[in-house]
Amino acid sequence: MTRVRRWLPGLLLVSPSIILIAVFVYGLLGWNFKLAMTDKHDEIAEIPGNFVGLENFTGIWSEERWGLSVRHAIVFTVVFVGGALVLGWLLAFLMEKGIRAESGFRAVYLFPMAVSFIATGVVWRWLMNSATGEQAVGLNRLFHYVGLDFLQWQWFRDPDWGMAAMAIPAIWQMSGYIMALFLAGFRGVPEELREAARVDGCSEWGVYRHVVLPMLRPVTLSALIILGHISLKVFDLVVAVSGKQIITDVPATFMWTAVYDSHDPAKGATIASYIVLSVAVFVVPYLIWDARKGKR
Amino acid sequence: MRRRWMAAVAVSVAGLLTLSACGGGDKQESGGGQAAQKKVEVFSWWTGPGEADGLKAMREIFAKQNPNFEFFDAAVAGGSGDQARALLSSKLQANQPPDTFQGHAGAELQGYIKSGKLESLNFLYDELKLKEVFPQQLIDQISVQGQVYSVPVNIHRSNVLWFNPSVLKKAGIDGAPKTIEEFITDLEKVKKSGKIPLSIGSQWTLVHLLESVLLGSLGTDAYNALWTANADWSNANVTKALENFKTILSYAGSPQDDWQPAAKQVADGEAAFNIMGDWAYGYFHNPPEGGLGKESHKDFDWAASPGTDGTFMWLSDSFTLPKGAPNRDGAIAWLKVAASKEGQDAFNPLKGSIPARKDADQSLYKDYLSWDLEQWASDKLAGSIQHGVVANDQWRQAITDAVGLFQQDKDVAKFQQALVAAAKNSGQ
Repeated sequence: MTRVRRWLPGLLLVSPSIILIAVFVYGLLGWNFKLAMTDKHDEIAEIPGNFVGLENFTGIWSEERWGLSVRHAIVFTVVFVGGALVLGWLLAFLMEKGIRAESGFRAVYLFPMAVSFIATGVVWRWLMNSATGEQAVGLNRLFHYVGLDFLQWQWFRDPDWGMAAMAIPAIWQMSGYIMALFLAGFRGVPEELREAARVDGCSEWGVYRHVVLPMLRPVTLSALIILGHISLKVFDLVVAVSGKQIITDVPATFMWTAVYDSHDPAKGATIASYIVLSVAVFVVPYLIWDARKGKR
Repeated sequence: MRRRWMAAVAVSVAGLLTLSACGGGDKQESGGGQAAQKKVEVFSWWTGPGEADGLKAMREIFAKQNPNFEFFDAAVAGGSGDQARALLSSKLQANQPPDTFQGHAGAELQGYIKSGKLESLNFLYDELKLKEVFPQQLIDQISVQGQVYSVPVNIHRSNVLWFNPSVLKKAGIDGAPKTIEEFITDLEKVKKSGKIPLSIGSQWTLVHLLESVLLGSLGTDAYNALWTANADWSNANVTKALENFKTILSYAGSPQDDWQPAAKQVADGEAAFNIMGDWAYGYFHNPPEGGLGKESHKDFDWAASPGTDGTFMWLSDSFTLPKGAPNRDGAIAWLKVAASKEGQDAFNPLKGSIPARKDADQSLYKDYLSWDLEQWASDKLAGSIQHGVVANDQWRQAITDAVGLFQQDKDVAKFQQALVAAAKNSGQ
């Protein structure tokens, strides 16, 4: 009885959230994977799908649009994650050196985080308008005014590097947050350690290279995972900037057209599964690492 | 100890209540629907200037004739119904249809019919003798096996070439090009004069352009044959049409955000030509609140798109009666207004389209619309791709994807293969 008393109240306390998550997260996730393995390629006619195994998962790679959207997602992820990490780190580094009105700057840089991707997208769609020369608006117009016409380009409509342009608003939005993360990381390095290094004759650069940066590794990893999973799932920003055009297609927008325009639930579920799996590639190693660290 | 127990139980019960509250909320909502029984939910995508005004005019007639019903406007914004149809399909999936919804007559509607989502409207057609007032080809497009499933409200024309007369003059062009070959020559002339030869918008406007180019290159009969059972998409004529499409596209300016900014380039004299449906007329002509306030034949002008003179590429908006409509009587009352001469004559001049009925008051339709009405009466007919007449949703999406990919790689052979595959896999 006393044993039961020890664990039962706790269990009762968390059971509602366990049930909710079991049904609405893992239950639906399972249902999605099941749907992805059927041939239910017609939504309206309500035909029951037959089990086809991994046919949808392999078949989709022969679709040109899928290859394109995967390539776009990779370009976007590399530019966005890299850009936000570098910019966030740089901002944090400058702040850490102790500038005046630091809290004011911190608020300024952090503020874009408060804006939704949709709002960001609407503004940047205009800024990144692809018209050049006489008709230029937005950033191209700015380049024209300051005499840097050669910098005008197609932005997100550029067939090769359009997705890199698409990453700019995302970097703008998230680098302040990464800065806050790194700033906390910098502050977490005890002053005594730096002192000790300096006493041992280490240069200021060396202090960063050998003392501070290694201690920032956990923060960098967290930042990488946060950015990585946002990036692989990106949908709202792309839709706000360019709608569902092939030129900026990513897996999430492909999923949307597969379900709602082509009425093909099985294909939509397949793409959704790939998105979940790609995010899992980022998140699961982190969870394992985190659990191990906790045990230690 | 007991206290802790009680607290734990209280919290978990509260949690479970929240859980069940989700379910309870739904019930309440449908209960609320029953209480306000007289509400008629009309689902459309008419929110823009012109179209929303037209809907309002019809709504006023409805309110006058049906004091016991309350019109509920469930319009979802977005050109060509892109967003609206996504919401609609999830509502239909959940068997929670609106009382009546807008759908493009033709293949788009056929999807709903085949899946048994719609109620036959033969009783209404018999009661109001509607078969006599709508053109036969239109009735065919909204029927399956002798049953009619919707009430068409209007007709739009897709194959219209809009142009700026002064830009053409400067480039040394006398008038609108008659054939695709002339069109290409003219595009080249405009290019030399330093203006944008052809303005384009986002991806769907290219599908719109493609349907006009296909029709202009292949001719009406061959175009219509593409949508029949054993259509041949792989022949040399289609290849030639796609080559034309490629050539024409090479004269296009940089893509704009949607069709309006593209049309505006023509009105502003930056671009010479634009191929867009006749809803562009309202945008060109209406006063500045919703349009550009331009003068027809002077600031802008129009003609049948190259090679399609004598053919009317049509599309039509229609209203339906979904099975299980919460307020069926209210929906029927709305359909009666939508089918009536009074309703259509109130709606169409504002929306910038012509009525589906043959007996409309011709004097209400001026300028572009009178030309439109004339052509509708005399032309051969062809159906639009982008606007749901000839291809069902799957097929149209496959064509859209093919056009999007073609826009990037400009590979005609691959484009044609994709179109052949699209026709084969459409299940239509």
